[in-house]
Amino acid sequence: MKTILDCLKERILIIDGAMGTMIQRHKLTEADYRGDRFKDWHCDVKGNNDLLNITQPQIITGIHKQYLDAGADIIETNTFSSTAIAMADYEMQSLAYELNVAAAKCAREAIKQSGKQAWVAGAIGPLNKTLSLSPDVNNPGFRAVTFDEVVTAYYEQVKGLVDGGVDILLIETIFDTLNAKGAIFAIKKYFRDTKKESLPVMISGTITDASGRTLSGQTLEAFYTSIMHARPLSVGLNCALGAKEMRPHIEELSQIASCYVSAYPNAGLPNAMGEYDEHPEDTGHYLEEWAKEGFVNIVGGCCGTTPEHIKHIADHVKNLKPRQLPVVEKELA
Amino acid sequence: MQETTFIKPYLRLAGLEPLVIRPETNFVNIGERTNVTGSKKFARLIKENKYEEALSVARQQVENGAQVLDVNMDDALLDGVLAMTTFLNLVQSEPDIAKIPIMIDSSKFEIIEAGLKCVQGKCIVNSISMKEGEAKFIEQAIICQSYGASVIVMAFDEQGQADTKQRKVEICRRAYKILTEQVGYDPQDIIFDPNIFAVATGLEEHNNYGVDFIEATREIKQMMPLTKVSGGVSNLSFSFRGNDHVREAMHSVFLYHAIKAGMDMGIVNAGQLVVYDEIEPQLRQLCEDVILNRNNDNNEATEKLISFAETVKAKGKEIIKDDAWRNTTVEERLRHALVNGITDYIDADTEEARLKYPAPLEVIEGPLMDGMNVVGDLFGAGKMFLPQVVKSARVMKKSVAVLTPFIEAEKEERRQAHLAAGTTNEEGAGAPKVLLATVKGDVHDIGKNIVGVVLGCNGYDIIDLGVMVPADKILDTAEKEKADIIGLSGLITPSLDEMVHVAHEMKRRNMKQPLLIGGATTSRMHTAVKIAPQYDNGVLHILDASRSVTAVSTLLSKEKEVLLQKTKDEYEGLRNQFLNKNKKDLIPYKEAVITKEYFDWKNYKPAKPALDGVKVLKEFDLGTIAKYIDWGPFFIAWEMPGHYPQVLEDKIFGTEAKRLLNDAQKLIEKIVAEKWFTADGVIGFWPAASNNADTIILQTDNGEVKLESLRQQLKKAVGQPSYSLADFICPAELGTDYMGSFAVTIHGARKHIDRFAADHDEYNKILVQILADRFVEAFAECLHQKVRKEYWGYEKNETLTNEQLIKEEYKGIRPAPGYPACPDHTEKLKLFELLNVTRNIGIELTESLAMNPPASVCGWYIAHPQSHYFGLGKIGKDQLEDYANRKGMTIEEAEKWLRPVLE
Repeated sequence: MKTILDCLKERILIIDGAMGTMIQRHKLTEADYRGDRFKDWHCDVKGNNDLLNITQPQIITGIHKQYLDAGADIIETNTFSSTAIAMADYEMQSLAYELNVAAAKCAREAIKQSGKQAWVAGAIGPLNKTLSLSPDVNNPGFRAVTFDEVVTAYYEQVKGLVDGGVDILLIETIFDTLNAKGAIFAIKKYFRDTKKESLPVMISGTITDASGRTLSGQTLEAFYTSIMHARPLSVGLNCALGAKEMRPHIEELSQIASCYVSAYPNAGLPNAMGEYDEHPEDTGHYLEEWAKEGFVNIVGGCCGTTPEHIKHIADHVKNLKPRQLPVVEKELA
Repeated sequence: MQETTFIKPYLRLAGLEPLVIRPETNFVNIGERTNVTGSKKFARLIKENKYEEALSVARQQVENGAQVLDVNMDDALLDGVLAMTTFLNLVQSEPDIAKIPIMIDSSKFEIIEAGLKCVQGKCIVNSISMKEGEAKFIEQAIICQSYGASVIVMAFDEQGQADTKQRKVEICRRAYKILTEQVGYDPQDIIFDPNIFAVATGLEEHNNYGVDFIEATREIKQMMPLTKVSGGVSNLSFSFRGNDHVREAMHSVFLYHAIKAGMDMGIVNAGQLVVYDEIEPQLRQLCEDVILNRNNDNNEATEKLISFAETVKAKGKEIIKDDAWRNTTVEERLRHALVNGITDYIDADTEEARLKYPAPLEVIEGPLMDGMNVVGDLFGAGKMFLPQVVKSARVMKKSVAVLTPFIEAEKEERRQAHLAAGTTNEEGAGAPKVLLATVKGDVHDIGKNIVGVVLGCNGYDIIDLGVMVPADKILDTAEKEKADIIGLSGLITPSLDEMVHVAHEMKRRNMKQPLLIGGATTSRMHTAVKIAPQYDNGVLHILDASRSVTAVSTLLSKEKEVLLQKTKDEYEGLRNQFLNKNKKDLIPYKEAVITKEYFDWKNYKPAKPALDGVKVLKEFDLGTIAKYIDWGPFFIAWEMPGHYPQVLEDKIFGTEAKRLLNDAQKLIEKIVAEKWFTADGVIGFWPAASNNADTIILQTDNGEVKLESLRQQLKKAVGQPSYSLADFICPAELGTDYMGSFAVTIHGARKHIDRFAADHDEYNKILVQILADRFVEAFAECLHQKVRKEYWGYEKNETLTNEQLIKEEYKGIRPAPGYPACPDHTEKLKLFELLNVTRNIGIELTESLAMNPPASVCGWYIAHPQSHYFGLGKIGKDQLEDYANRKGMTIEEAEKWLRPVLE
């Protein structure tokens, strides 16, 4: 059996597309979200997509399976918000660990059903509270959450994902690097505490505007410099921008990153109706061009992308060579 | 083909923006005013909870050129954890400050960790040490690493702080081993602080402290070259507190020597450093003696400095504000103001200079530029630091601002004059547009601004995009504004890569504008080797602002193509020079064979040559051949610069070139009509296979013939094949391929050459000689086309023009033995035998294997569409031995034939 490292040397790997977009297609009701177990929950839970890992696992597994069939090599667990901090919105903080375990199992089950070799990336989202920005304009020194709280929340998520059987940990959609540093801290601490062999870590940031900075104000190179200590398997960008707008940033990253480079853009920018309408062929073509330029090792889609997008992406890049890892020199001269 | 990217093991830090410390990075200034132990003002503000004002202290540090901000809250009366957290959270919300990396400075680890929890960028921890033993040291290092911080390790162990060179080096070495081997720190993330102690204290045992630090630094950097050395400089002059004049001089002298020894960064008050060269000689001498512990028996040097310090004190502030420079010439005053960053008198001095010089622009090009050149030299020599240069630039800007209205007024005057005279105004609307930008990642724009001013004054419309401009923005703007020329500037080395990128993008976007490259680190060589090959529509390196005007005006005139072609040729030469220079990097021959060029042979169907065996073509039609003449080399042979046909329009050579061409064409008519020349050729084709290394085996009627080729061994980027002609022939196990060869010659020229020589008609003699060469080359070209379309027939429908043929746009190649791809002339012997050249068409080989008649060409035919010409470059001894063995030659014999390609 080839390891993910073997495969990354040989070809461009495909990561799956949007989970939320696919869940929307099921037009689930409040009752569907609650399932049997939470039918009496004291507040609304519709929209808590991560809860479906427990209440509708067959739907989540089914979506994973569709992406695997479309050509995905890496599927992301449905755990973008599965932390005690994010789950507070539904007063489900206590479920955080369980959600992660359940999500990892859904993904594993899909791989089993598909019968092909693929990897499960435990998705670690950015949280709805940030460490570098003050939510109070009149008090720029204020923070809604502390570093220690962030580490505790991520630690629990990591534990759940690892116990559920993920192959990779993926810190994604990072718009505040300090939150990501909290996740990295938690991952390092978890593997130190448990003395388990560390899982590979993928890191994916988000550039929110044309200035090429993260929401918390860092340039791409500053962002990369600040997370290098995770010694990631890959670093990349996802979400926010469509492929067209993401191109110069991915190109820059491909130049500066000593690890593999990933990119999973949205299906273009949302139109006036807030819908993503970039055609699968178009996304496929954009990513094909990046691959030809030698910018990427892992590609896929984020918001608005579907198994059709992933299929097109996979078809377009399958015969192209992956980006070569840079040579990290040992001497200054 | 992907180029391998190389990543250097630099110390990389980040605030909102990255800070990379490279070998060429000048001394890194760490702002020290946000330190409650060092700044009374800052301490008071923090204690009084005046954080807003405390922030302005930080902002001021950044404005003064601090590249890293040291924050220290160690005060017995403060809650250090709270103060650190509050202050750093506030700093994070100020992009002007947060853009630079933070150094979290505390002797209490819980304060350090509190700080690390607030900063998204990559910080420096100042400091950890082994004073409480290894276990604690490792524990703290692991925590720092979990936050992704670089660490300063103080030369401090269980026995105490290191004061001698030996102890400093020993402790640093031990810490290095622990950090790299047990904790897993990257060496470049380790910064040592080998302790700067006060000198000139009166105690003799302190006298060598400066030397101990400097020498320890030297040894640490030699032993552990990736690590950095830092230190708190103000300790050094502790015994002179209250006397800032002497202290600043001591710091400056100390840094000058410590930086030379390898010190990379230091905690200094960036706003208060004197320029080493500007210290009065007596004081500088005294400081050197004290710091380097020279002439210091019985504290002699110390005593002298102390008594000097007394005189300074006695005179009070007079010496510090030495206004003697005010009595010099205006040029000297401008220089002084620029070098020392003094803006006090700049408006008046500029005005004085403006009145003195005929035109305001000449003030910029004269005294101001002279002053900035001094600044540049001092900076380069490590005698000025970045913040000082920033101050100089500020002075420059102020001075230029005084001049600008006058420059504008002159322009307007000229415009009005044009209007009055009814002539066209070259400065008005429709003036050619030049877009200027300092590339992404670089903030240096003094040079670019000067270029902008100079060009602006010459009537061009300048679009200045400023600094740190991403490629996309440059090119989008150029397209939107229809810029005629794009100029890129940069001062730091990474900007070079960015320029390569911009050029690459220009090609991708199919842009047409010429690209100008300028700035301190740029060079003609780099432009030629790296940038120019990326973009076909003109890349020029501009040495300095003064040359930008000529370059731009030429590029906007009819002479554009001539200049671009000339530059292209010149760069081509530089590239070759560069390739030849890079001798040392050869890969082993065995490795080169493995990294051969692989074609997709499975999906390639070689065309079987229509012609079987050998064919002789006698008296080939000269008129047909004449159509294939490439006139470029004709003019080169006549040492006419420039390319054909541009040379015909050349200002100096144009008339002569036209006459020459005319004469040549008339002569050709005669040659063709009167059959002065006889063109004979021979070609042949055989089944061929390669052996997956460098031998090609031909199947002939007389059995196998082995052709031996040579393979490139120069180290290339990973993934780039090492070329050999053998790679272009299908390996035996993958199928049958074919290969051909040819020889052509022009007989009959000799007779006419001799005739003209006898008539003392040198002109026609040379003309015939050169034309014979042109004819044989044209014959080779013509025959090659016939081979592709007919005799071999692998490209039956080819319809290329002569220009396209000259540009080698045809499929397949015809490399000649003795030329770049296959430099060994002895392979010619096999070719001659295969085609029976001497008997068939009368070419003879000299003992050095030159062909006679001289107007003769021979070579191989290879058909694969991906086959290409290349230069072999240098080869190693290993290949020489293998080649000699294959050829059945002695090493000495092989060496003789291959000397030009041997190291």
